[in-house]
Formats: sequence, structure tokens, C-alpha cells
Amino acid sequence: MTESEVYTHQFSKHLAERQLIGSRCKRCGRVFLPPRSWCPDCQQNELEAYQFSGKGKLAAFTVVYVAPTAMLAAGYDRKNPYCVGVVELEEGERIPAQIFGVDVQHPESIRIGTPLQALFVERGEGEHKKTILGFEVT
Amino acid sequence: MTKRKLGRGVAVVAAGMSKFGCYNGMATRDIFVEAYREMLASLDHGFDPREIEAVYIGNYSGDLFEGQAHMAPLMTDWAGLSPRPATRVEDACASGSAALRQGMLAVASGLYDIVLVGGVEKMSELPTERVTDTLATASDVVYEAAVGFTFPALYAAMATAYMHEYGADPEVFLQVGYKNHEHGALNPKAQFGQPIREIMEARKASAIRKGLPVPEWKDEFDFLRDPRANPYIAWPLRLYDCSPISDGAAVVLLVSEEIARNFSEAPLYIIGSGQASDAATHDRPTLTSLPAARQAARQAYEMARITPQDVDAVEVHDCFTIAEIIASEDLGFFEAGEGWKAAEDGVTSLKGTRPINSSGGLKSKGHPVGASGVGQVVEIWHQLRGEAGERQIPGSPAIGLTHNVGGTGQTCVVNIFERR
Repeated sequence: MTESEVYTHQFSKHLAERQLIGSRCKRCGRVFLPPRSWCPDCQQNELEAYQFSGKGKLAAFTVVYVAPTAMLAAGYDRKNPYCVGVVELEEGERIPAQIFGVDVQHPESIRIGTPLQALFVERGEGEHKKTILGFEVT
Repeated sequence: MTKRKLGRGVAVVAAGMSKFGCYNGMATRDIFVEAYREMLASLDHGFDPREIEAVYIGNYSGDLFEGQAHMAPLMTDWAGLSPRPATRVEDACASGSAALRQGMLAVASGLYDIVLVGGVEKMSELPTERVTDTLATASDVVYEAAVGFTFPALYAAMATAYMHEYGADPEVFLQVGYKNHEHGALNPKAQFGQPIREIMEARKASAIRKGLPVPEWKDEFDFLRDPRANPYIAWPLRLYDCSPISDGAAVVLLVSEEIARNFSEAPLYIIGSGQASDAATHDRPTLTSLPAARQAARQAYEMARITPQDVDAVEVHDCFTIAEIIASEDLGFFEAGEGWKAAEDGVTSLKGTRPINSSGGLKSKGHPVGASGVGQVVEIWHQLRGEAGERQIPGSPAIGLTHNVGGTGQTCVVNIFERR
């Protein structure tokens, strides 16, 4: 039996290594980010790791004023809001990420279509240390 | 797509709900009993509730909201209906409509003739940030919640995509919230049964009482544009664009079509039902429509053999104002990109030609997550039977539709009801 070489939890390990790794179906060649371990088109699991360029553009965004607990812990709140968005990668896939290099005090100035480059953000300490996917304006 | 039909017809013969709101110091089971009592009172003919054969309960997350899972047998026992089989149905904010669909399928299959369907949620026990966390568990927690997406943030991202694609003015969101408060003011079960003007006047009166400077709002929209009165939650969505944190329960009784008249003089027949699923928000080809809603609507219209123009009364899932605009397009009432103009022109108000959310919607009536889908049916029940009082849709509506979304569209259930 053939097996996928990619699993969901490898994504965050790759982020910690500052790499944006998705998956690619060995049969049909379709690429996935986030990585899928099962090709929905071929209905089989022969997938391999596939490195994404990290280049993309902003497809949708918001500036968040009422933050969840994890973002409050990272220092964000109503006075210090943050931008998150959906990024469309040049390979065609879409992924959610925190967006940097935009003016969060003036959300109306943020433009859909803005070119972006992946960025790796370290949060927390010790065993809670995590790398979060971000994108910044190029 | 093949046309689907039920094995046999199913009708709603009774409906009731608790008032939606914050029930400090009242247990979930007692709120449920309140809705159950009102459902029994709505029966036109007497009936022994012990004839109920099975129970389906929509509940999103008693587990996280109040540390209580396994809600269905508990509610069933409190209604005095043990040992009937009791099943909890969870599809996030669409749990109530999904429970209704399961109850409908159980009757249509011929296994049961009489089924109780309920929805219940108690959200107000937790502080706001933990409610935010709990709602975010209905998104993709590995990818969306991890980078700071909250539930309002996902809908806000859809709003920016919609504004970009169709040139919509964000001012229209204020109008949708204003309209739903106008409707909710006519609904005695609504959590915020006040028009925006009343809320604004109360704020002024409170400032005078406290000896603070009195804000000079010219009108309701001036009030809604003021970030101190209506702060941003996730730009461009503000406080009055978001449905509230609510407690509440709603209950309906489903029976097979052939015995419906034994219970009710004016039963509502379920003539169409559709349900669809979808990927997480970021993984869809569009952010300006919910593909699952379009799919569920198509199934329901096909089963009912009607078009959107045949629908008289509509309750849509306006968890956020942008969601109501997108729903009005996904259900085929307006072309893609036209829904915001219709909202701006007042077409969707009770005074317009396509009234939407006569109940006040989730925004004003309240959104106790698992109860919302069943609560929508309670409104359609009142509208089609001509019992909606001051908010009655004119012209004796005969066909009603409910549109209930789970998450940001990973689930959508559309049901269509007819008074014959």
C-alpha cells in the first residue's frame, strides 16, 4: 500500500524551519496548501511534499479589534489591532495568515491584490513556542 | 443532479420558543422547558405529549459554553419524555436546522409518526473572549484560528472581498443592522427588542443622568457611524453588525402528513429541504458567496418545485450583516452583487417588496447558536399562520423559507414550508 508522505502536523514543523511546504499529488500533479494527505480529485493518497515559493497576493482581509485569547497573549487588543487575511499564492492555492506591513490604523488604505511574501513569526516561549504563518507587503 | 423527494410528507404542527436573551441564574434545561411549554400551547387540538416517539436536539457547544455535553437526553428527560431515543445534532450554527432535517427524515422514513425537534444554547456564562474562542472552534482551528482569525474576522474578510468585487459601500452594513432592529422591535421574543433610535436616546439619557457630555448624534446613522457608540469588532464590521451572545431555546413538533390535521388546523408542510457542506473559508474559490448555501437552496427549490419568486416569508442566517446580503443573493432573490443595492433601497424591510428577517434576524432577535435554526421555523410558523402581529408580512404569506449556516458556510441547510 502506498502512503502519503505529507501530514497536517508536519506543516507547523516546516514553519518552524522557515519553510512553506504543501503537498503535490503524484498522479494528477495538483498542489495543495495547506497540505492535503488525500487527493480529492484522484481519491488516493500518493502525495509528496511540495515547496511553495511564498509569493502571493491579498485576496481578502480584516483588521481585528476584539482578539481571541491567544492574540491577547501576543499583545494585541483594541488599541493595538492586527490584520489577518486570505492570501492567494502564485501557485493558485489560498491560505489564511497574519498580514504585516499594512497600516492597521487605516484599514480603508489596505488593498486587495497587494503583493505579499511569506514570513515566519515566532510566538510564545519554551514548550509553548510556535511559529505562525505571516505574509508581508513586498 | 437527481431530484430527491421524501418517502412521505412531513408537517410542522406546533412551534414555540423561549424569549432569546441573557438568562442569568437560569439553567439551560429550564429555558428548554419554557420553549417546550409554549410549543404544546400552540397545538390547535389536544394531544398527550407522551405520544412523542423520538427527540432531536440541535446544540452547538454546551461542552465549551457550560461544560455540559450530551444535551439531548437531558432535555428529553426534563420534558418528561424519557426513555424516547434522543440525539444531539451538531453542525455549528446550523445545528438547529440540521436537527429539524434529521427529525424530518426520521418521520419521512416511516420509522416514527411524531417527533420532537428542539434547539438550545446557553452562551452567556463565559466572558466574551472565551465565547470568541468557542465560536472559532467552528472554523478550521489548525489554519484559521491559529493565525488570529476569529468568527467575526472571517465574515469581515468576506465583506472586504464583497466590497472589492462589487463596489459595495460599507454604509450598507449599518442599514441592514438598522432594519433588523426595526423588525426586532416588533417581536416580543427578541433579545434587543429596540429600534436603534431608542438605544441612541437611552445613551443620551444615561449621559445626562451621569452629568457627562451628551453626544450630539443627528440621527440613528450618525449614532451608528460613531466609533464610541458602535466600535469596530473586525473592520469593516462593527458591534451593530454582529449577532449577540444569547441564551435561548426553540421547539417544534413534526408529524407525518396524513395525521397533521389531527393536531393543527393550519399545519406547515415541509415541501423542500436541502443541505450541503464545504471546505473552510480560505479553501473556497469564492469569498463573496457561500457555495453550500447555493447548493442547499437548489436542492430545496427543486424538491419543492418552486422558484425564489414563490417564497413569501424568509428567515436568513444574519450572524453578521454581510451574511444577510450574501444570503439574499445565494437564495436567488437578487443577482450576485445586487443584494447590497436591494438592502440600501429598503427592498428587504417589512415595508419593501422582499422582506427578509421579519423576526429581527439573529442580529436583533438573538443567536443562541444551536437554537437559531429552530427559532427561524418558529417565525415562519407565525408568519404563515397570520399570527405575527405587528410584524406580519402583508398578503397572507403561504410559503416560507429558512436559511441556516454552520460556521462560515461549511454547512448550510435550507428548508421550505407551505401552508395549504
